[in-house]
Amino acid sequence: MNDRGTRVLRLDALARVEGEASLHLRVDGGTVTGTRLRIYEPPRFFEAFLTGRGHTEPPDITARICGICPVAYQMSACRAVEDACGVTVDGPLAELRRLLYCGEWIESHTLHIYLLHAPDFLGRADVVELARDQRAAVERGLRTKQTGNAILEQLGGRPIHPVNVRVGGFYRTPAADELRSLAERLRQAREDALETVRWVAAFDFPDAVCDHDLFALRAPGHYAIDSGTPAVMTVHGPGPALREFPLSRFERHVRQGQVPHSTALTATLDDRRYLTGPLARYAINGRWLHPVAAEAARDAGLGEPGTAVCRNPFRSIVVRAVEVVQAVEEALRIIDAYEQPPRPAVEVPPRQGAGVGATEAPRGLLYHRYALAADGTLTEARIVAPTAQNQTAIEEDVRRAVQARLDTPGPAADDEELTHLCERAIRNHDPCISCAAHFLSLTVERA
Amino acid sequence: MATEPGPGTAPGPATDPRPTLAVWKFASCDGCQLTLLDCEDELLALAARVRIDHFLEMTPAEGADGERASSYGRGPYDLSLVEGSITTAEDAERIQHVRRISRCLVTIGACATAGGIQALRNFADVEDFLAAVYAQPEYVATLETSTPISAHVPVDFELRGCPIDRRQLLEVVTAHLAGRKPRIPGHSVCYECKRRGTTCVTVAHGTPCLGPVTHAGCGAICPAYGRGCYGCFGPTSRPNLRSMVAQLRHDGMSEQDIQRVFHTFNAASPEHAPVPDLAAEEQDSSRA
Ligand code: SF4
Ligand code: SF4
Repeated sequence: MNDRGTRVLRLDALARVEGEASLHLRVDGGTVTGTRLRIYEPPRFFEAFLTGRGHTEPPDITARICGICPVAYQMSACRAVEDACGVTVDGPLAELRRLLYCGEWIESHTLHIYLLHAPDFLGRADVVELARDQRAAVERGLRTKQTGNAILEQLGGRPIHPVNVRVGGFYRTPAADELRSLAERLRQAREDALETVRWVAAFDFPDAVCDHDLFALRAPGHYAIDSGTPAVMTVHGPGPALREFPLSRFERHVRQGQVPHSTALTATLDDRRYLTGPLARYAINGRWLHPVAAEAARDAGLGEPGTAVCRNPFRSIVVRAVEVVQAVEEALRIIDAYEQPPRPAVEVPPRQGAGVGATEAPRGLLYHRYALAADGTLTEARIVAPTAQNQTAIEEDVRRAVQARLDTPGPAADDEELTHLCERAIRNHDPCISCAAHFLSLTVERA
Repeated sequence: MATEPGPGTAPGPATDPRPTLAVWKFASCDGCQLTLLDCEDELLALAARVRIDHFLEMTPAEGADGERASSYGRGPYDLSLVEGSITTAEDAERIQHVRRISRCLVTIGACATAGGIQALRNFADVEDFLAAVYAQPEYVATLETSTPISAHVPVDFELRGCPIDRRQLLEVVTAHLAGRKPRIPGHSVCYECKRRGTTCVTVAHGTPCLGPVTHAGCGAICPAYGRGCYGCFGPTSRPNLRSMVAQLRHDGMSEQDIQRVFHTFNAASPEHAPVPDLAAEEQDSSRA
């Protein structure tokens, strides 16, 4: 096959991602001239119908944006409403929320690692095929995933769209001994998670470097999950620089735009392309990993956590595996120290005002803002989901991966190989396409 | 290390006696199809008994020869699980195609069975919705309504829930394999509370709860967590809404909250239309 002339590659349906999208790639005379990730997932208009609802409703409603990371939506929603009402949830209730979130990290990351991503590295179409020759590995993955789900079930009532989360805390908190059986499973999960890190670290990684700015919450003392201050690591200029801004100024920095080919919005951060998610979190929060997770990261070749920055998107699977160890350790820490709080929730009386909330969904930073009327009715809702933020960076990664292949001497790539390469470059980011299409809020600048 | 998918190792269709399964997505959150991947203990056993022929969330391959799947699929499939509601003209076409190539079609979840939360648009002007969310609404094609699959094609079985329950899903698939009807009871959440031994939250604490008019299936989770049911499994077949609304008012819910709680995940269910507004009726009769 010949790379001269014009080739157009259409990937009608992207598989092993959540939601529906296609890719359009254009190559002119050996140069990639266009990559368009088209998200054709139908919009569901959450922001429109959140308006007019009561201030206690966002956690249940926004959970339905995404079946894979409902807790992320519930947590960002709770924070935004509580911020608007001037209430802070701390102490054991905040710890329990983080425990629930750890369950989601464990479940969602393990799903991505074993069921969606690893088959790419091992030359298998899917997990069923993978299980034919790596049965023990797949069982280890399913077992770890199940432990994540067990936390969600115990604390949230069920793994998908948990029912036990409310503004102010929970409907019911567990007694300390109810969490004990989870601790036993988590100790097994720690061994499995460490084994997962070793397993994925041995995969073959294509050479690739991305130069997107990295964006994650930062919460000194913790590897940020459920709270923190937005922090950006830039690459341009003399070496990586880190800067922060208050969450209340999020929409001044992150601007969303719309492109004709997609039902998802795109975003820039201070007018630049950026990436949120595991690579960003690891760069910005690495020094606060638990010692066991930090050691696993070092052994996996990610470099010294806290100083090393991993910029190869194909290695995101290793960072995810390290984050599973981190979430398991964090969950064990919380369970060990847990004492049932006297009340399951704090009162959150409504008041007029606006509030913001952001947390680290498994795929990256998830921001909510609500404006409330005095009786708690929502008058405005804005949600910025990780995949919409990452869309431009993903397209750029696809372009680079294909260009690098076209520039490789030797036999030319056929369409099948390029298709597979594009899919891999996209799956590196675990894009959650239902989320990307559902929120779409926009700041329109009209001169 | 190889980076290309290996050749399909499954036996060809002529020698493979396993029934074929397809999973489809329309407007949804992916939660219901994810329930299949959440069957951690049963996933590999299930995959041994059925050939998962089309399931984009799990595999790019289609059929025994492992060719690339498209969003349309080749078929025929013995069992199609359909998630999501119909909200675009293209999807209205695609569901016809899915029906044609499926021997048995089962909807999974509130979106596919009742239009889902996105059916809230049915009660508003979709142009307003579009304008509220997009600066350039002309880029986005959407219908004015979100409708269940049964509004477009015949459906063999509807599984309720937002999301569906894992055990019920396994029962539906197993029943299909055994050639019998799925054993999915049609009673209300209240029965499940009794079976679970949960004290009634309404009787004990005066907590408003939709349990009496909500289809069973979840195992009565909310009351077990001290919360009233908010109806995510949709209505039972003939809900007595008048007495339900009266009870909810008695338990302190405002008329507005009552309307809202019915207008959420199963808003377009015909059994909910209309939810009696007892306060307005009282006003009318006192005026008359
Ligand atoms: S019914 Fe609920 S859980 Fe299922 S796809 Fe629809 S929104 Fe998601
Ligand atoms: S809302 Fe009702 S049907 Fe849904 S999980 Fe709770 S109790 Fe079950």
